[in-house]
Amino acid sequence: MSLELLSANHGAAMAATLAARANRKGRGFVSGVYPITPSTECMEFLCNQKIEKSHVVRVESEHSAMGVCIGGAAAGARTFTATSSNGLAYMVENCITAATMRFPVVIAVANRTLGPPWNIWADHGDALILRDAGIIQFFCADNQEVFDSVLCGFRLAEDKRVMMPVMVCMEGFILSHRTAQTDVPEQDKVDAFLPPTDVPHRLAQIPHTLGQIEVPHQTEMHRMQHHAAMLDVPAIYREIQDEFEKIFGRRPPDMLVPYKADDAETLIVSMGTIPITAERVVDDLRAQGKKVGSLRVRLFRPLPVEAIGRVFAGKKRIAVIDRNIGLGMGGVLWQDTRALADPGTVVQDYLAGMGGGDIRPEHIVKMVEDIEARTASGAPKLMEMV
Amino acid sequence: MNEPILGGLCQSELDRDEPIFRKGNTNCGGCGMSITLQMLRRAVGDRPVQMVIPACCGAVAGGTFPQATFGVPTIMTTFASAAAAASGMAAVARLNNEKTRIVVLAGDGGTFDIGFACVSAAAERNEDILFICYDNEIYGNTGGQRSSATPQGAVTSNTLEGKLEQKKDILAVMAAHRIPYAASISLAHVEDTHRKLTYALEATGFRFLHVLSPCPTGWKSEPALGLELVRLAVRSGLWPVYEIFDGKRHLVNIEPDFSDEALNMYLSLQRRFQKSGLSAADLRPAIDRYWQNLRALTGRIVPARREG
Repeated sequence: MSLELLSANHGAAMAATLAARANRKGRGFVSGVYPITPSTECMEFLCNQKIEKSHVVRVESEHSAMGVCIGGAAAGARTFTATSSNGLAYMVENCITAATMRFPVVIAVANRTLGPPWNIWADHGDALILRDAGIIQFFCADNQEVFDSVLCGFRLAEDKRVMMPVMVCMEGFILSHRTAQTDVPEQDKVDAFLPPTDVPHRLAQIPHTLGQIEVPHQTEMHRMQHHAAMLDVPAIYREIQDEFEKIFGRRPPDMLVPYKADDAETLIVSMGTIPITAERVVDDLRAQGKKVGSLRVRLFRPLPVEAIGRVFAGKKRIAVIDRNIGLGMGGVLWQDTRALADPGTVVQDYLAGMGGGDIRPEHIVKMVEDIEARTASGAPKLMEMV
Repeated sequence: MNEPILGGLCQSELDRDEPIFRKGNTNCGGCGMSITLQMLRRAVGDRPVQMVIPACCGAVAGGTFPQATFGVPTIMTTFASAAAAASGMAAVARLNNEKTRIVVLAGDGGTFDIGFACVSAAAERNEDILFICYDNEIYGNTGGQRSSATPQGAVTSNTLEGKLEQKKDILAVMAAHRIPYAASISLAHVEDTHRKLTYALEATGFRFLHVLSPCPTGWKSEPALGLELVRLAVRSGLWPVYEIFDGKRHLVNIEPDFSDEALNMYLSLQRRFQKSGLSAADLRPAIDRYWQNLRALTGRIVPARREG
């Protein structure tokens, strides 16, 4: 192990590099990359690494970046790409293809607001376009977690029981450009953690066709197989955590991270870096005698529904913070989690930090004050970041 | 399999046992893509080949899961990313020292239009891909809409008065990328087609083949006359058959006789040209200009059109 000062962008690329080298005894590593703020530094770093048995294609668009990964995975290689915002939106068609063709591509996403009007700051809305596409989604809270999630991402994506893309999300600039000490393991340990990639349905000699026409009942069957594989992810992820801990001597964070949630009456639920601030607010409010807790949703797809339900049980108030808005409905995290609370619980959505505004402790304190004054759930409420 | 017009080239035991395009496929009768695939089968021989096919008639022709029409490992990609996926596959083959040839089979939509940026970029990177465009001059799969490969005057389902604009000169565009090999193919000239397919399969770097692919359904023509139409297009000079090496050296492979009779025949045998009432006289000036330019590129100093 060595401690290195890396931005989360560089951390993701460093993890991908180690994973790429780990497949030198397999069929190699292929990546298609295209620059976009704020994820550019990730692809730049990757392009400038010397990796045995690897090829990084500098393509003409994000759509083709994922196209190269699809081709690479179809030929049995380990594949990775990085993008952000409109780049991800442009890539969507091929992200869906990678998922429905069950290719284990790892995608690092620096979350950024979709435009125009152009806005380069953090918003979860880009990744959430793909919430229903059959792609595993992790939202990370710090640099080490981004690094570890990329490594775990490869292991998870390439697990035969899983076989689907993994998206590792970091908020643009807040994480992507934040430089922090990152624990980078030696290559032999990564080799032990990541066995050579084996895509069982890859194109070899047998003349089978991938992605051909299906009739309705075949599509139904494939969708349900994919869905079932996603539902198995939480259990498989726990196995991977154990394996990771055994090899690297530290444990990557759980899919859900509750903080002082057990006896809390008011629970703050959020994703990405927001929960880190929420946890500080919890400490402050606890010091004032308020029973507040936090729940960080790290694994958003598949959503660990039962585990969230267990944390939600018995809570009086649940404040969901959404750094996104599902226009015409409300925050996406709120949409997905509000039905998991006990009947009668006040579940309130707070739209905050959309378009990259800072979410500071005082904003979260206001949310807690607001929800404590409520006796029933209301419509999603915008907390203006002024 | 039993195309007498192919001079018996596609009737060997190898072709019957392991065709690239198996029987029972759903292509329309007289489809140029079917003939292209039979020709490709003969050229491929024992070489390991993998195909990449974007959303197009080729994707439909592949058959429904789990049966496969194609006799080689094939991947269907999204409409615009065949060349990108092929780039990834070619990279993995190279990294593993495999001799697998990666062949893209795309229509004019996936080449001239939606796939254009992707094709251009793969050509610019000189990826080790054989890109075959079977050009039926129409979005056939969706019922026959105009593409930028549709010739002027052709009626399509969304240009009911006939298309106003000229066909894009894709071969010149590809040559401008200075790729190792670019060529147009006439399926009516079997030896030339076979030679080009074989050369392109053997060569490395980005190779581009442009096939005039008869589409009886879209052209409103007699299925059995497909190859005859191609022959007329070549004879009249409408479909120049030539090859370009490294974007520099141009070589005309089949000399047309610039027959107006052939051109009028070509137009009158397709109902798509009926409405606009095109005749040889309308098309001749543009054909002459094209050939003058082509002669200059080939370094020939004789007049483009031979008199008498």
